Amino acid sequence: MGKTIFDKIWDKHVVKIIEDGPSVLYIDKHLIHEVTSPQAFSGIEKRGAQLFRPKQIVATADHNVPTMNQHLPIADQLSKFQVDTLIDNCKKHGVELYGLGHEHQGIVHVIGPELGITQPGMTIVCGDSHTSTHGAFGSIAFGIGTSEVEMVFASQCVMQSKPKVMRINIDGAIQNGVVSKDIILFIIAQISASGATGYFVEYAGSAIRALSMEARMTICNMSIEMGARGGIIAPDETTYAYIKGRPFAPKDADWEIKLAEWKKLFTDADAKFDVEININAADIQPMVTYGTNPGMGLSVTGKLPTLESITDATEKQNFEKALKYMGLTPGQSLLGMPVQNVFIGSCTNSRIEDFRLVASIIKGKQKDPNVKTLIVPGSQAVAKQIIAEGLDKIFAAAGVEIRQAGCSACLGMNEDKIPAGEYCISTSNRNFEGRQGAGARTMLVSPLTAAAALLTGKITDIRTMLN
Amino acid sequence: MQSLQKITSRFIPLRIENVDTDQIIPARFLKATTKLGFGKNLFRDWRYENDDETKPKADFVLNQKQYKGDILVAAKNFGCGSSREHAAWSIQDYGFKVVVSSFFADIFKNNALNNGVLPVTVTDAFLQQIFAEGADATLTVDLEKQTITIDNTGASETFDINAYKKTCMLNGYDDIDYLLSMKEEIAAFEKTMG
Repeated sequence: MGKTIFDKIWDKHVVKIIEDGPSVLYIDKHLIHEVTSPQAFSGIEKRGAQLFRPKQIVATADHNVPTMNQHLPIADQLSKFQVDTLIDNCKKHGVELYGLGHEHQGIVHVIGPELGITQPGMTIVCGDSHTSTHGAFGSIAFGIGTSEVEMVFASQCVMQSKPKVMRINIDGAIQNGVVSKDIILFIIAQISASGATGYFVEYAGSAIRALSMEARMTICNMSIEMGARGGIIAPDETTYAYIKGRPFAPKDADWEIKLAEWKKLFTDADAKFDVEININAADIQPMVTYGTNPGMGLSVTGKLPTLESITDATEKQNFEKALKYMGLTPGQSLLGMPVQNVFIGSCTNSRIEDFRLVASIIKGKQKDPNVKTLIVPGSQAVAKQIIAEGLDKIFAAAGVEIRQAGCSACLGMNEDKIPAGEYCISTSNRNFEGRQGAGARTMLVSPLTAAAALLTGKITDIRTMLN
Repeated sequence: MQSLQKITSRFIPLRIENVDTDQIIPARFLKATTKLGFGKNLFRDWRYENDDETKPKADFVLNQKQYKGDILVAAKNFGCGSSREHAAWSIQDYGFKVVVSSFFADIFKNNALNNGVLPVTVTDAFLQQIFAEGADATLTVDLEKQTITIDNTGASETFDINAYKKTCMLNGYDDIDYLLSMKEEIAAFEKTMG
């Protein structure tokens, strides 16, 4: 029987299968950041052990950094201490660090791909659930906890039980005004926030093949939001073209050797999946979430479920809890609802293509005067590219400020927070209670829908603004 | 790591589905560089009005004095979202030794096991039986036998855990010691990868 791309990569990296237990899985690349690494460094030191393969680790500071005045010392003392601890740990243990002020600094899941560190066929882990992003390159990439970060420090391996495999096929052409964020929000709304728990998901089909690497990353990024261990897309010409020439991409003869290996990374025609789901791309509309998990989403023109439509008692109770938090009523429409904040950023949607999409909508127009914005590039390189392409002038003319790279208001860890009770139209990945600040009400959308809200101050169907 | 063999305790019923790790421990408490002291901020924004410890929310179960115990019982998809192990540290530091749900998110389950907190997956029907019990009821979780019992009624279910993780939990072993002992084998494996 044939193998899935997931099986091919997994099997190659299994050092040992523990009887009636997990596998010892070898990790090619380990990405670390300031929030989930300090206890792993101190753990390894307490054991008197050394980092096993420090050259396979790359560090950056992203979660807990300010997005303004990054040249100044960090004002919040706890944040400063955490970022300084990362600097000390990396120096002490010989780990490459792209810290604040470094040209490669940025959100860990933005810089890995843009530097060419992320490559097909690799196993990649990071103490961050959105590590699934890197699966867009045909790698097995997943988030781990801090104990597992320590395991990789100690041995370049993690203990993992092999997940089941699911394939989601999306075929056909997507509508004008629909982008990859809508595709993944549509999928999660269909299968729920726990619908892929225990599975690794391969995304396939003509609609996926047609996407850019940035768009594929957005899809794989949110695999965790339906519970999946990770997401993967087989590499193709789009993938190779994206990687070629990047700073850490293979070069010359090495490139040819790698390319030949990468071309073997696909799911065999007779491979079997535990679950297979088929989606018609034409059914997908611009999406918006209304609740407090990413599975609570609907078409921007749709109506919220009614109470009567939910039969399960616990589910009904949870639905009511979510709507109370969000200040919404069952059965209502969201279109035209005023919003106070727009956040464009996060490891889901902060790449250059996302800024191009937003710029295409706001060009020559003015921001709604009642809307507050947090516009945050994913990396120093994205920020530089925004200027190189003149997009910064489009944002400035619209009355919108662009900040410096970091995770920002996606998780409300630094000072970029949404005030309690206010709505935020957000290109990030989680609409959990309090995620963007205590009491903040998050609605997840695509960069296009966010751009529309930025101009109108309301939830808007982007299709009405396109030619 | 703490070992765990068998425990009989009252429990805290958290009748909420899809409890994400941002609720278990909000991001603003992740600025620490140690694993200590997270318990006081467990479910912080569900526990207190406006982040004020003098204003506990009466409707939240951790603030209801009749509920006590070392076992947390939650509705399905517990621990979804962020991979932050701080969630497991918070639960452990608060004093929970076992979390029961009908469904756990993958990363949380690993994080719990790596910190000596036992995740016990039960059927939906059994979860509802637990939720139907009063505040004085106790549960017995026997890891050796892989059973969970509602002591009042004697209703019991078996739960899954792989043999390796079970041995680790019963004895308080951790994966890192195991992996450190494998270093030569791993170095040999690297040579075969090319």
